[in-house]
Amino acid sequence: MLVPLSWLRDFAPFGHDIDLLVDTMNALGLVVEGVERVGSGIRDVVVAKVLEVDSIEGADRIRRVVVDHGVGPVQVVCGAMNFGQGATVAFAPVGSVLPGDFAIGKRRMKGVESNGMICSARELEVGEDGAGIMLLDDALTPGTPLAEAIGVDPDVVFDLAIEGNRPDALCVLGVARDLAAKLALPFTEPDPAMPLPQPSADGPSVAVESPSLCPIFTATHLDHVTIGPSPDWLARRLTLAGMRPINNIVDISNYVMLELGQPTHPYDADRLQGGGFLVRQARPGEQIATLDGEVRTVGQGEDCLIADAHGVPVGIGGIMGGGSSEIHDGTTSVILEAAWFEPMVIARSSKQLGLRSEASARFEKGVDEGSLDRSVARFCALAAAYAGATVGARTVWRSEAFAPAPVTQVLRTARVNSLLGTELDDAAIDDYLGGIGFVVERSESGVATITSPSWRPDVTIEEALIEEVARHHGYDSIPRTLRSSSGSGGGLTRKQRERRLVRDVLCGRSISEAMTSPLLGPGDHARVGLPEDDLISADRPLVLEESILRSSLLPGVLRSISHNVRHRATEVRLFELGPTWERPREPVAEPDAIDRHVTGPEGGLPHESDRLAVALWPADAYSAADVWMVLADALRLQKPAIAVATQSADGLHPTRTAVVTVDGSAVGVAAEIDPAVVERLGIEGRIAWLDIDLTALQAAPRRSAIARDVSRFPSSDIDLAFVVPDDVASGDVLITLEKAAGDLLEFVELFDVYRGQGVVEGARSLAYRLRFCALDHTLTDAEVGERRAACIDAAETRHGANLRR
Amino acid sequence: MADHLPDLDTAVSTALQAVEAALTLDELREAESSVLGKHGVFAAAKKRLASLAPEERAPAGASINAARAAVEAAIGERRAALSTGERAKLLESDRIDLTERRRPEQRGHLHLVTQTQQHLEDVFVAMGFSVEEGPLVETDWHNFQALNIPPAHPARANQDTLYLDFGAPETTLLRTHTSPVQIRTMLSKAPPIYAICPGRVYRKDTPDARHTPAFSQIEGLVVDRGITFGDLAGTIDAFTKAYFGADINARLRPAYFPFTEPSAEFEVTCAICRGDGCRTCSNTGWIELGGCGMVHPAVLRAVGIDPEEWSGFAFGFGIDRCAQVFHTISDMRVMADNDLRFIRQF
Repeated sequence: MLVPLSWLRDFAPFGHDIDLLVDTMNALGLVVEGVERVGSGIRDVVVAKVLEVDSIEGADRIRRVVVDHGVGPVQVVCGAMNFGQGATVAFAPVGSVLPGDFAIGKRRMKGVESNGMICSARELEVGEDGAGIMLLDDALTPGTPLAEAIGVDPDVVFDLAIEGNRPDALCVLGVARDLAAKLALPFTEPDPAMPLPQPSADGPSVAVESPSLCPIFTATHLDHVTIGPSPDWLARRLTLAGMRPINNIVDISNYVMLELGQPTHPYDADRLQGGGFLVRQARPGEQIATLDGEVRTVGQGEDCLIADAHGVPVGIGGIMGGGSSEIHDGTTSVILEAAWFEPMVIARSSKQLGLRSEASARFEKGVDEGSLDRSVARFCALAAAYAGATVGARTVWRSEAFAPAPVTQVLRTARVNSLLGTELDDAAIDDYLGGIGFVVERSESGVATITSPSWRPDVTIEEALIEEVARHHGYDSIPRTLRSSSGSGGGLTRKQRERRLVRDVLCGRSISEAMTSPLLGPGDHARVGLPEDDLISADRPLVLEESILRSSLLPGVLRSISHNVRHRATEVRLFELGPTWERPREPVAEPDAIDRHVTGPEGGLPHESDRLAVALWPADAYSAADVWMVLADALRLQKPAIAVATQSADGLHPTRTAVVTVDGSAVGVAAEIDPAVVERLGIEGRIAWLDIDLTALQAAPRRSAIARDVSRFPSSDIDLAFVVPDDVASGDVLITLEKAAGDLLEFVELFDVYRGQGVVEGARSLAYRLRFCALDHTLTDAEVGERRAACIDAAETRHGANLRR
Repeated sequence: MADHLPDLDTAVSTALQAVEAALTLDELREAESSVLGKHGVFAAAKKRLASLAPEERAPAGASINAARAAVEAAIGERRAALSTGERAKLLESDRIDLTERRRPEQRGHLHLVTQTQQHLEDVFVAMGFSVEEGPLVETDWHNFQALNIPPAHPARANQDTLYLDFGAPETTLLRTHTSPVQIRTMLSKAPPIYAICPGRVYRKDTPDARHTPAFSQIEGLVVDRGITFGDLAGTIDAFTKAYFGADINARLRPAYFPFTEPSAEFEVTCAICRGDGCRTCSNTGWIELGGCGMVHPAVLRAVGIDPEEWSGFAFGFGIDRCAQVFHTISDMRVMADNDLRFIRQF
C-alpha cells in the first residue's frame, strides 16, 4: 500500500526524519518495502510565457520556441505541438535536474541551440499526461516556482506491506494512528465537516435476503451532482497512492477508502432500476458484467450479489460493481452504497472468481465497521464540496445477529510478562493498548478487561493483546535470553548419523549427491521402463511436468545423468536419498473419527519409503555391487550378500540384476539399466544402478560390535579351483566354502574366473583362495588338509562342482 | 718339491685387473667367483698347503689369506662403486613427471542443500536440540488444521498447495512447510521439546531465480515451562552468530502467522556485505530470513498440550535461501539440474 507522508500528516504532526519514520513503521510490523521522494524533481522548474514559436527548416517534429521565465527571453527547441505563442508553460532551465536524475544541459538540434526544456506533466511526475507539454494558468507570473504555482509540495511516499492481521492499517488513518502512538505524537481524526442525514423512510429501498453474507448495508442519496475532474490536490493524492483519477465522484469514493479503509460504491441513481437494492446470495450460473468489462458467472459458491430493486444484478457485493449503473459524465444523481460484508464470504468468492479488487482486499480481512458512518459523512462532505452534491435521504439496514460485535476479554499482566519475558507493570500495558484504541478497564483488584476497538477484529485472544503490547513496547526492547534444553536429550539419532555415514561413504567413492523433484510428468516413468498405471497424481497441478508422485528415484536420477552427459561430462556418478510413494497395497481400515486427523484421509497416507539410489556411468553392474558391499561394511550389516535375481525388475537389465540382501532378506537391487532404456536416453555405455530401501536397511541386523582378536601365528592359504556349471552362482559356492571351512577360516575370496580350453562348455572355472589361521597355534598340515577336504566335498556335493587337479 | 705355491703376487694383480675390468655387478660377481670360488687360484693354493713342509705351512697360509683379503677388499670397494652407479641408473630410469596426471581421482560432493542443512543441524544439535522428521506427503490436518488454519482460511493461499488425487478431495497434500513435523513431534513426545524439523517441502509456484517449487526448510520448536518471547529472540540470535559468524546480528519485527502469537519476521545482518549494504540485501544491510513466534494456544490445544501450563516458540526459514545467501547463487533453478559443474564447486 502506498501512503504519502503529507496525507499521514492530516492525522498527526509527523516530522521530517524519514529514517525514523521508516524504522518505526518497520518496528510496528508495517513493513516499508520502498520509499519514494516525489516532487523534488520539479524544484528547478519555473513558470514561463511563450514569446515566439517558429518552425525549423528541415524539421517538422520540432520547433524553435522563445520563452520568458522571468529573466528575459531564452531560446529552446521543443517537440510538443499542443501550444502556441502566449501559452503559459512549465520550463526547466539549463542546470535543472528533473525526476530520474535527468539533468538539463545546453543542446543543439538542427543547428538551433536549445537552452532548457518545456516539460510535460509526466516528465515532471506531477500527472499522467505525456502527450504534450503541461499548460498552466495564464494568470501565473513567469519565474514563479512550478511547485508553488500548482500547489505541489515535495512529498515522500511509503510503500507498505500490511500483514493479514492488520486490516486497520489498510488505510492512511490506520497507519497514522499506529505510528503516532509509537512516536507519542497527538493523533486527531479531522471532523468530516458535515453531519450525516438520519436514516429515513424515504431513503433508497434496501432489502437484504442474506444477512449472513452482508449484515450491514446502507444507501445514501446525493442529488444535483456535476461530474467533472477532481480537484488537483485530491487527484494528486490518489495518484501518489497509486490510483488513477477518473472523475470526482469515483475519485472521492476511492479517496475515502484509502483514507478511512471503508470501500463504498457510487451508483448512477437514474440507472438503478427501482431506485433501491436487493442483497441476496447469487444463484448458480447467474451472470453479471462487472466494471472491468468482463462478464462473470457467479453463484458457484456463496457469492453475495447486489441487485437493483427489481432483482437484476448490479454488482458482486464487496468485490466489484456492475457496468450497467456505473457513474458516467452525465450522472446527476448518485446512490452511495456503504456496507459491511462477512470477511470469509468475500475471501472465498474473490478466490473462486479469481477476482481481486481494492475493496475485496479490505473486506476479506475485515473492514472497520465503526468507520462506516464516518466514511459516508466524509464522502458526502467531499461530494458537496467538489461535485456540487446535495445530500438526500439515507437508508440503513443492519442485522444485529450477524453484525460484528465488540470483543471484550481479560488480560493478565502476569501472562504478558511470562509470555514475553518482560517486567511490565499495569500502567505501561494500559498505555500501550490505550494508545491504539483499546479500552482498558481495571477492577480494584487490578484485573484488566480490554475491549478491542472496532478496527481490530483480529484481536480476539489474550495472546493477540500481548502481541499488541509487545509491538508498542518494541520487539527489540525485550531482553534476549537463552534457555537450556537440559533433560530433553537432543543430538542425532542413530538413523540420522547413519544417513550421514551413507552420504560420506558414497562421496568417498567419488559419487556426488543429486536432489531431484518428487514430482514427475506423464510418461517420465514409462520412459525408463517403469509402469504408470497405479501412480498417484496431483489435483490441479500448475504444470504437467510436476503432476505425478514418483514411485522410484530412477526417472529423476537418470534425467540428471542425461543432463550431465549432454553437457559432455566424461563420467557421471550420482546418488540420491529421498522418498518414493505407492498406493497402500492393502486398504487401511477407516480410522475412528477421533484419530482421523492422525491417520489422515480414509485409507491412510500413501506408502512413503525412504530410498537410496546410485547411478554410475559408464560402469557395469559389478560397480553397483561393489558400492553395495562397501556401504554394507560401513553400516556393519550382518551377512550382507548379493543374490542372483530370480525375476526381472522394471527398467533394469534382465540378465544383469542381482538382489542385495542382509542376513537373507532383500533390501534392494544392484543392476544395470536396461540397454533399451539407456539407448532411449541417447546415452552410450552401460549405467550401473543400485537401489536400496533405506528404511529396511536401517532396520536390518548388524554384526557384533565386540572386538575380535587377531592371531600372532602364521596363516596358511589353500587355493581351490572348481569347474562349476554356469547356472550355479559363484556367490553360492563361496558361501558353501565359507560354511565348510569352519571357524579357523580367516577369509575366502574368488580370485580367478576362467572359461575356455580345458573347461567344458556350459561351465567355468572358479578359483577361490581360503586363508586359515588359529589364535593359539600354528596350523598343522593335517588341520589344513582336513578343512580342504571338507571344502572340496561340500562344493562338489552341493553344486556339482569339480575340483580341477 | 713338485708342488709349489702359485705366484701369489701375480695372482693378486691378475685378480685386481679382473675386478677393475668388471663394469657391472654381474661381471663383478663372475670375477669374484672365478678368483675366490672353489676353482679359483686361492682355493688351489690352499689345497697345496698340505703338500708343504709343516714348518712352511703357517707362513704360506698367512700369505694366501693376506692375498685373498686384498682381493676381497678390492671386490668390496668395486661392488660399492658399481651399486651406487647402478642404483643411480635404476632411479633415473624410474623418473616420472608427477604433474602428468591423466583423469585424476575425484571425490564425490554432497548436495549444497545437504551441506547447508547438516551445518544448521550441527548448530542446533550443539544447542541441545533433537532433529525430527516426517513424511513429505501429509494430511491436510497436519499441514493446516492443527496449525490453526481451518479450511477456507485466507492464509492457506490455496494456489500454493498441491493436493493429491488420493482419498477424499483436499485431504492429502505435499507439505507446504515442515510445520506438520512439529505437530507430529508434539503428538508423539511430551514436553519439554527442543527440536528442529528440517526437510523438503513443495509449493505450487512458478520457478524463478529465487524460488523453486521443491525446496528445503528448517523449523525449530521449543515447548517447555515458562518459555518466553525473549527466549525466542535469544535463540535466533545464538543460532545466527553460530552459523553466520559473531559479527552477524538478528532483529525481529512484528508479522502475522496463524500458528504463532505474537509473531515475528526475523532478519539477519547481510552475510555478504556484513551490514554495509550491497546488491544481495538491496542496500539495507539486512537479509530477511524467516518467520517465528510464540506457539499459538490453538496449536498447543490441537495436540493436547495445555497452553496455561506450557508455552513454546517456533521458527522457520529456507535452507536453500541460506545457501543462496551464503554462496550468492544468482539463479536457484540451477539446483534442479544436478549439473556436476555446479555440484563440484562445493
